[in-house]
Amino acid sequence: MTSTAQPPRVELDQPLTIGGQQFTSRLLVGTGKYRTSAEMLATLESSGAEVVTVAVRRVDLDRSNEESLLHVLDPDRWFLLANTAGCYSAAEAVRYARLAREAGFNDFVKLEVIGDKDTLLPDVEGLLEATKTLAAEGFVVLAYTNDDLITALKLEDAGAAAVMPLASPIGSGLGLLSPYGIRTIKQRLAVPVIVDAGVGTASDACLTMEQGVDGILMNTALAEADHPPAMGHAMRHAVAAGRLAYLAGRMPRREIAVPSSPGSGMLDEQSS
Amino acid sequence: MNELTVIVNGASRQVPAPATARRLLEHLELDPRGVVVEINQRIIRRPQLDDAHLAEGDRIEIVHFVGGG
Repeated sequence: MTSTAQPPRVELDQPLTIGGQQFTSRLLVGTGKYRTSAEMLATLESSGAEVVTVAVRRVDLDRSNEESLLHVLDPDRWFLLANTAGCYSAAEAVRYARLAREAGFNDFVKLEVIGDKDTLLPDVEGLLEATKTLAAEGFVVLAYTNDDLITALKLEDAGAAAVMPLASPIGSGLGLLSPYGIRTIKQRLAVPVIVDAGVGTASDACLTMEQGVDGILMNTALAEADHPPAMGHAMRHAVAAGRLAYLAGRMPRREIAVPSSPGSGMLDEQSS
Repeated sequence: MNELTVIVNGASRQVPAPATARRLLEHLELDPRGVVVEINQRIIRRPQLDDAHLAEGDRIEIVHFVGGG
């Protein structure tokens, strides 16, 4: 009898769950800075993302050539995650979050309280205050923060549904500056850890996922690529590869070589 | 015709009086389903757009979603 053995199915992973909502893709993407709407849509598609971030801004009342994002992005197709980008105080961020929720899609908010214009690093005091306020109002808060463990723990304690430490500053493309910091946050928090900001290319995304985090949110790495849809495709695979490599468990690092081929059976060997 | 002066998204505008938030959106040719209105920092929920009366000098913000990270 011939055996038709199937290779074992590797199903190590679970869906990403944030605030009770399940997502298949661990890559979340922004919608800013694309050259055209068509290019943005093609990139969202190729990235395989389900969650896409959007910003809240004034309607341009002299909208000569402006198109509302909702005319481009089908809210039934994409999970819209509103951000509070550009907010520099807890009160301002809370105001933007409430406006975003009133748009009527979901209770999720990617909470940003920025502390400095040059680095766009978070103001952690304002962030904690806004997290408490919004969590108490029933928001599912995804808090953009730095790679500091203590702040991450406090955010979780304040009611954040996910914590989003940066790989490096927003839009910098510097990649993962503190693998240790990110790894430590992931090891200590019960809520999902989504690395947000700083990823520049596929290897950055893969390395970040290999730290064990639950997902990555990126925007500029896609929008500013020479070919955004191709980069979306690359990032989709990088995130999946990094995730699977983490789950598979890497081999130990060694300071000396260990041959992969048998040491015995070489020609001219003398049998004893 | 009576007019009101209100501040909409930071700019002074004359709108026909009496005015409500919904009338303002119609005047500006905006679809209520795609925007959120705030009057003097108070959010007007969509079902309340007809009940939200505008007064002289009201500061009104009309926002929507744009591309962002």
